[in-house]
Amino acid sequence: MWTLFFTFFKIGLFTFGGGYAMIPLMQEEIIAHNWLTLAEFLNIVAIAEMTPGPIAVNSATFIGYQLYGVGGAALATFGVVAPSLIIMVIFSHLLAKLRASKYSVALRGVAITVTALIAAAVLGLVKPAFTNYADVAIALAAFVLVAKTKISPILIILGSGLLGIVLYGYIL
Amino acid sequence: MSMQLIWQIFSSFFKIGAFTIGGGYAMLPVMQRDIVDRLGWLDEQEFMETIAVTQSAPGPIAVNTAILIGKQMAGLPGVIAGCLGAVLPSFLIILAIAIFFRNILNWQPALNFFAGVRPAVVALIAHVAWKMARKLIGNTASLLLFLTSLALIIFVPKLHPIFIILGSGIATVIWASSQKQQGKEA
Repeated sequence: MWTLFFTFFKIGLFTFGGGYAMIPLMQEEIIAHNWLTLAEFLNIVAIAEMTPGPIAVNSATFIGYQLYGVGGAALATFGVVAPSLIIMVIFSHLLAKLRASKYSVALRGVAITVTALIAAAVLGLVKPAFTNYADVAIALAAFVLVAKTKISPILIILGSGLLGIVLYGYIL
Repeated sequence: MSMQLIWQIFSSFFKIGAFTIGGGYAMLPVMQRDIVDRLGWLDEQEFMETIAVTQSAPGPIAVNTAILIGKQMAGLPGVIAGCLGAVLPSFLIILAIAIFFRNILNWQPALNFFAGVRPAVVALIAHVAWKMARKLIGNTASLLLFLTSLALIIFVPKLHPIFIILGSGIATVIWASSQKQQGKEA
């Protein structure tokens, strides 16, 4: 069980940028330990993609459970977030220091660059997410609703999912 | 420190964790509505600073963000509340799938649900980018910085975002000090 914790600690520690950036290292570690076959691993990635939450956390929980039950799930999940706990507490101090320093203006540029990162992510998502006209219609409706009304993004997510069930299950 | 604040941190990040479908930036729309608009814990500038830090560090971005905001709002109890809140929904859902529902990938309604959610989430993230851009891009220099960053991200995919973020910070410091210099000379 120590190996399980340590492996997910390593995955949490050495994967920058979250999400998909974590998959190659995860795959390497998990296959190397013979915890899952490649097909099983890809299955988990697919499940993680369509369930809420960070992919790394989802995989840790699933594999931990697979190996040692609920306790293993908790241990692997704790392992994958433990590096974040340590590093983020340190970064929080650094951020506070930077905000109070004479270089705080740097953060104004940084905020703009992060906005560009998000915009670029959207551009990258358009192609895989828009496969037909229904997708485009759902996206436009979601944008208008979030921009022009007070409806919460949560309701929009739930609504679009229900729409998907009706649309793809019964109409298209 | 009030229990109410700790509970707010936990429940906000629980909500965010429960509706981050599709990973990474999918958390932004719910987070922006909850943390920036509703609770007012961060303004747009601070929100983007937070994302800069959490995505420049190892680990899942949503978890990092929960820890960072929890720390800033309520110290170590806030860290624990934020982290638990962000992780618990995934943990419970995956556990339920692992125990009861391994063939979810063959269950058509779940796939259809996800097919509907996916384009909506892209639109919601696009709206966050739009809102941030409108708030933060105020002059030609900031527009130039935005476009340069965007071009680097898209056309130099091998360049890790951390370096673009760092470069942007350094460029801003240099630009600001040159402005000051000009101000003195004028």
